[in-house]
Amino acid sequence: MSVQVPPVIVGAGPAGIRAAQALVGRGLRPVMVDEAPRWGGQIYRQPPAHFQRSKKALYGWESGRADAVHEAMSGVLDRVDYRPDTLVWNAEAGHLDLLHQGRTSTLAYSQLIVASGATDRILPFIGWTKPGVYTLGGAQVALKYQGCAIGSKVVFLGTGPLLYLIAYQYALAGANVAAVLDTATLADQVAAAPALLARPSVLAKGLYYLAWLRAHGVRLQGGVRALRVLGDARTEALVWADARGEHTLACDAVGFGYALRSETQLADLLGCRFRFDDLARAWLPERDVAGRSSVPGIYLAGDGVGIMGADAAEWAGERAALALLSDNGHALDAPGRTRAAALERRLAGAARFRGGLERAFPFPLRWADQAPDELVVCRCEEVTAGDLRRTVSSTGATELNRLKAFCRVGMGRCQGRMCAAAAAEILAHCSGQQPAQVGRLRGQAPVKPIPFMDCAPADSLPREESA
Amino acid sequence: MSDPQPIGPTPASQFVRLAETQREPVPFTLDGRACHGLAGDTILTAVLAHGLVLRHADFSGEARAGFCLMGACQDCWILTAGGQRLRACTTFIAPGMNLRTRRPGDA
Amino acid sequence: MTEKRLVDAAIIGGGIVGSSAALALRGMGLSVMVLERDLCGAHSSGVNYGGVRRQGRPLTQLPLSRRAHGIWGRLRELIGIDGEYLRSGHLKIARSEADLASLEAYRERSAGYGMDLRMIGAGVLRAQYPWLGARAIGGSYCPQDGHANPRLVSPAFARAAARAGADIREHCPADEMEHDGQCFTVSSGTALQVRSRFLLNCAGAWAGTVARRFGEAVPMVSAHPVMAVTEPLDMFMTLSLGVEGGGIYGRQAPRGNCIIGGSRGYAIDACRARPGHEAIAHVLQRSVELLPALRHAHIIRAWSGTEGYLPDREPVIGHSATTPGLVHGFGFAGAGFQIGPAVGEVLAELVRDGTSTTPIAAFAISRFADAAHLPPEGGP
Repeated sequence: MSVQVPPVIVGAGPAGIRAAQALVGRGLRPVMVDEAPRWGGQIYRQPPAHFQRSKKALYGWESGRADAVHEAMSGVLDRVDYRPDTLVWNAEAGHLDLLHQGRTSTLAYSQLIVASGATDRILPFIGWTKPGVYTLGGAQVALKYQGCAIGSKVVFLGTGPLLYLIAYQYALAGANVAAVLDTATLADQVAAAPALLARPSVLAKGLYYLAWLRAHGVRLQGGVRALRVLGDARTEALVWADARGEHTLACDAVGFGYALRSETQLADLLGCRFRFDDLARAWLPERDVAGRSSVPGIYLAGDGVGIMGADAAEWAGERAALALLSDNGHALDAPGRTRAAALERRLAGAARFRGGLERAFPFPLRWADQAPDELVVCRCEEVTAGDLRRTVSSTGATELNRLKAFCRVGMGRCQGRMCAAAAAEILAHCSGQQPAQVGRLRGQAPVKPIPFMDCAPADSLPREESA
Repeated sequence: MSDPQPIGPTPASQFVRLAETQREPVPFTLDGRACHGLAGDTILTAVLAHGLVLRHADFSGEARAGFCLMGACQDCWILTAGGQRLRACTTFIAPGMNLRTRRPGDA
Repeated sequence: MTEKRLVDAAIIGGGIVGSSAALALRGMGLSVMVLERDLCGAHSSGVNYGGVRRQGRPLTQLPLSRRAHGIWGRLRELIGIDGEYLRSGHLKIARSEADLASLEAYRERSAGYGMDLRMIGAGVLRAQYPWLGARAIGGSYCPQDGHANPRLVSPAFARAAARAGADIREHCPADEMEHDGQCFTVSSGTALQVRSRFLLNCAGAWAGTVARRFGEAVPMVSAHPVMAVTEPLDMFMTLSLGVEGGGIYGRQAPRGNCIIGGSRGYAIDACRARPGHEAIAHVLQRSVELLPALRHAHIIRAWSGTEGYLPDREPVIGHSATTPGLVHGFGFAGAGFQIGPAVGEVLAELVRDGTSTTPIAAFAISRFADAAHLPPEGGP
């Protein structure tokens, strides 16, 4: 028995690529839809084809893995239906809606693997919407994808392993890194060490970046709180505080972020059940150990179902593909079952490591309490923390969608990608609730802006009453 | 708290090219000025290698210059002279593009 | 321990109809409890297109609509916010001579209702509304019709009712309801039991369940109008737009986003709906023809809700035909936002006086009593 229509994979990052490889290995020809022009996802993003830098220069210690993932995709390219530069803007039972070069189309599926990846998790500070302020991931894209630094004197800020990796990559590439400011403390990192030893090579890399930055004179500070960016029309300085008081650091660019947040809009539109994950401090779609969602035929893998890192994303993608195969008449043979079990063990180890990372780079729990009223939380609609608090007090709203309906937070072009975490923190704090209790913003089609079609009408759709 | 010390000659552009500078120039127009990017630049890179601004926020009018660089934040939609909107971080600069960082009629 | 309450009137449904009824009843000095299954104004009342429009309604609705127009004129005084309400004018465009004739006929028939409708010819249309697409050859203009933000307005009616002393219960579904000949008893789980002499059925698309419970099932089905919204655009739509004979309709909110309606979505469960891709494609394909300025714009999200439709597309308003003290106000077929506040006042009058000063005979539930074959409930 074979699947009626080809399986579809959304996302050509490490998870999507390993899923494709596993499916192709059993003779299937998946469709792979990816928003980017080249495969690799974010962590292994490839610059435009004619760029010159080596993989070593682009990915450093990850170049071996990056190369392996890129080559895996090259190796199956002739046996997949690969759709780059294609946005999945809607997902429903049995079909996806795509946008490619300004035109929309529909893709049927019966089995689907969603490997939609992640973006930076943002907790804003005053001035974060100014020119010169970018996410850590964005700062990395500027360097990796375009060979640029985000400014001539850059401060990196926030927490998470990405903070040190990007600072290291920038300094190595010759950028002027003024400081790396971590909201976590040394005590956090020491306490996390035992859990981090679950993946000693990853821990070693992290320590290496720290040591390298120190050795190269890059200022490192822990226990930091970001206060504001100064400057009229651009970034001119960052003001931050620690136990000793306030400090001002002249700079023309800030890259910041607090770990990652999963892109879950498609899983939401597909009707997958979600649950609140305390470690991620976010609602995530449920998945079993193999990656099956709550909806038959829908599999979830990689950072898009829960932040797990690039290596784990590869394992999760492959494991989900094996589940898809065994659920659809391609029973796994003994080596296949052994492989599936091995992948699950590795994923379990990665989850333990994840716990350690969260301990080493904890979420700044006091952020909402300390956020001033004038702080813009939703940058699309320009809604401040004060607006949120005033709305809660004047309407009694205790739920995030209700808050959105009343004051427009999350109602802009990005559908809350940048502001939902921060808005949930503020709502929880000022309404006396836990973040798990305030609900979540729902994905709405189109999940990203799509253009009006400039074509003549006169089709046979039924006439509707006007309002 | 006093104002920060100036950091010296402040570059008139945001992005700094560190590598990949040996690429074909791509001529385009930015707010009426002739500029060039390099083949393979996104619009965002090409514009911010020349200046500090991509657009102005819808309600406050404050300058914006992108944020996530990966097509998620939707804050880098730049206008063309013909009224089109292009997402600057995911659209490559093309020869002859005529871009505006302000809407007509704005100061 | 079950909370037990006794009020003059219990209202099922905290949308704009139920909330405005609660507000009106409080103004009459009656005690009121509203049982809202979810959050007040979160369903149809809160997610509709936002048209505040008299023009185009069947003549039977015009007395109600005129009454509502007066209420909308006092909106801030009544609910404390302006809810982005604008008397922008409403233009119903014609694409053919037949459309024009139809609009002209409506204008004549509705002449006594104070809408001041004016026919506009092609020349004036081009001159005054150059942003309209070429297929519009004329239209009917109602200067004082307009639009508002339902997400703000409908919940504000509930808050106003609460400030006036109504007992508003959210997350409080009406699970069981009975009448013992004198008095209603409505229970919400085991937590709450309310007894009242009057029961108002303002349960929107779900009101058929209440009607059926009291032996007067109606052939109401649910449908799901879809709205799509653009990013903020420079203001160009100086009025709210509809199309004679059907099609998409649109308005531009004060912040610049254009809201476009005119297609159908589907239910994802008993309470929620979403647009499907046909609905979004319909809006994408049709909007630029009507509004060429949208050719460089984007849809940034779309949504749907759940509306109740009766076969004649007229609501049920009035006394129950089976149960004394039961009063219905539901089934607005997607056009309940403008008249909702007037319906609320009328329901309150029915409670206090037994009759209303506004004619509602056309909306009697008894018109369905002879229906030999009632299709299965389209709603939950």
